[in-house]
Amino acid sequence: MKKLMAAVLALVMALSLAACGGKSDSQDAQSGDSGNKVVKIGVFEPQTGDNGAGGKQEILGMQYANYVQPTVEIGGETYDVKLEIVDNRTTPENGKSAAAELVNRKVSMVLGSYGSGVSMAGGEVFQEAGLPALGTSCTNPQVTAGCDVYFRLAFLDPFQGTVLANYAYKELGVTTAYVLGMLGSDYDQGLVYYFTEAFEGLGGTVVAEDFPEGSANFVSYINNAKAANAGVIFAPVSINYAQLIVEAAAAQGFEGALLGSDTWDSNKVIESATGKDVTSFVTTFYQEGGNPEFDAGIKEWINANPDAKTNNGGNDMVAAVTAIGYDAYFTALEALKIAGSTDPKAVLEALPSVSFEGVTGLIEFDEIGDAKRDAAYIKTANTEAGVWDFVKVQTVG
Amino acid sequence: MQQILPYIINGISVGGQYALIAIGYTLVYGILRLINFAHGDVFMVAGLVMVYATTALPFYVALPLVLAATVLLGFTIERVAYKPLRTAPRMSVMISAIGVSYLIQNLAFYITGGVPQPVTRPIPWISENVIILGASTKRVTLVTPILTILLVVVLVYLINHTKIGMAMRAAAKDFETAQLMGIKINAVISMTFVIGSFLAAVGSMLYFTNYPSVAITSGGMPGLKAFVAAVFGGIGSIPGAVVGAFIIGLCEELIKGAGYTTFSDAFTFAILIVVLCVKPTGLFGEKVTDKV
Repeated sequence: MKKLMAAVLALVMALSLAACGGKSDSQDAQSGDSGNKVVKIGVFEPQTGDNGAGGKQEILGMQYANYVQPTVEIGGETYDVKLEIVDNRTTPENGKSAAAELVNRKVSMVLGSYGSGVSMAGGEVFQEAGLPALGTSCTNPQVTAGCDVYFRLAFLDPFQGTVLANYAYKELGVTTAYVLGMLGSDYDQGLVYYFTEAFEGLGGTVVAEDFPEGSANFVSYINNAKAANAGVIFAPVSINYAQLIVEAAAAQGFEGALLGSDTWDSNKVIESATGKDVTSFVTTFYQEGGNPEFDAGIKEWINANPDAKTNNGGNDMVAAVTAIGYDAYFTALEALKIAGSTDPKAVLEALPSVSFEGVTGLIEFDEIGDAKRDAAYIKTANTEAGVWDFVKVQTVG
Repeated sequence: MQQILPYIINGISVGGQYALIAIGYTLVYGILRLINFAHGDVFMVAGLVMVYATTALPFYVALPLVLAATVLLGFTIERVAYKPLRTAPRMSVMISAIGVSYLIQNLAFYITGGVPQPVTRPIPWISENVIILGASTKRVTLVTPILTILLVVVLVYLINHTKIGMAMRAAAKDFETAQLMGIKINAVISMTFVIGSFLAAVGSMLYFTNYPSVAITSGGMPGLKAFVAAVFGGIGSIPGAVVGAFIIGLCEELIKGAGYTTFSDAFTFAILIVVLCVKPTGLFGEKVTDKV
């Protein structure tokens, strides 16, 4: 009995190893079926962990863009574009090995990631390899500031934090804010810092607290916010925690507004808020309806593709990160065209001169490598219909 | 009073959830002298089963199904991973337990795709909001401690006044002699795992009524804290585990209420170290008498 069990277990392990091996073989064999040369673009995104849901939506944008425009003209030749997708599993520790994997796969350029901490970790690897990377929705300034090869499409946290602080103080008329971030998260703590700075600069009071990774019970935090008489709770946290905070705020009957950063702009968060008595505002890169042609196209694609629909959270709502993923892909194609070569070095030199109109606005880079953006969309959760309603475009002033 | 009331209510509720998990640790330890590291993951699987079952089936089918599936999982783990090692050194069983824990987590990772699964249909009635003494909360917060105490009373009765309970006590006292006296030791151990998993499933249903998503790591923290609670109360003692769990839950929430949110987890684990240093057997722990 024992021996039989051992044999069975050994067999299972052997088979699973074989399965892994087979999978990577078949991936390599896929390239170049139409006879064209192939250019590889790396996708560096979380598909698992706290940011898995957001990363998957961002990849959807890139996959859809790849479906719309599967080829590119480089130096007079037509190339097939192949996306090399790796999972950086949300955390900086795993991000490094995922980044190294992309370097090994000989990609011409990298897109991603959702999440700043993991982008910074990957940036070190890309820097060493001289591989250009285009950050999508990572918003911490350190991603591009400390790294020559990193460019970015999103707006920055100092901007985002200031926009939200201004909105809370001037538009909502709130003088006390409660801010909550996860311990050890570069993204959370960066935004907490910029929001606090801006809000206190305007004359408001900030009560700041942290929670440890893996927390599920936010009831006491909401009670602390109520005890501090806070008019808003600003929680720039990942989707997973945003859902828990919305839930706890509703259960505790928090009367003020919840403020969220770009991570909150997700149909998972709106799902949690639907039917509950909570008010929430978020800043984001794109508002559904901003480009009807893109919206209609991607919705059709999502609905025709059950896997895509699952990855989008089971519906066809267009998240801002999906739009930015779409723009990232076309920015990469522009850079490849200008470079006239698939050599990462040439692409890196070409990136600063990219200029085109994407769905999230005009895309041009400044000398640090950040997209020139001066406006953020503010949306509010419509808890009856379960959709995000557009509030206004806020420029910083 | 009005100020700290919400924290106390919440702390008692959290304590109740920990208690239901802690009993599973303490029961198994009492009989097998094994720390069942997979217990937190059994709790997580119960949550996942609940998410999947409630979306597909009506509640009166889904909830018993969650209980049955979790009990079956606990039973299977014992039969497959622990029973063949009954005569092996205790360390081997412990390592087997760690292996099972990772196996379950990774299987769940494979099934869920690593993305937290939202609880789309929470159990009605207990997930509604109520207001007690001016503090708003979910009804489950009130139900949890009551249900916990009720279940513990039933369990204590089971152990002190039934035949299987007597067998369990005998096995806990002296494993080998109990076997010689004709007690079917395997049945007793299976029963222990069945009870432990059942309580974890109940705990899981209450826990995930409060929190809207089940991640594969969801079992980690509650499991770890319940383990601390069990050690705090004296591992092997059921009342100890329950009292320990309520104390841990209350302290944790009150620390958050006092404004030291950053340290709420650090505090829990500091308690563990202090207890182990000062009173190695915990609050209600059995005194170790050396058999010369």
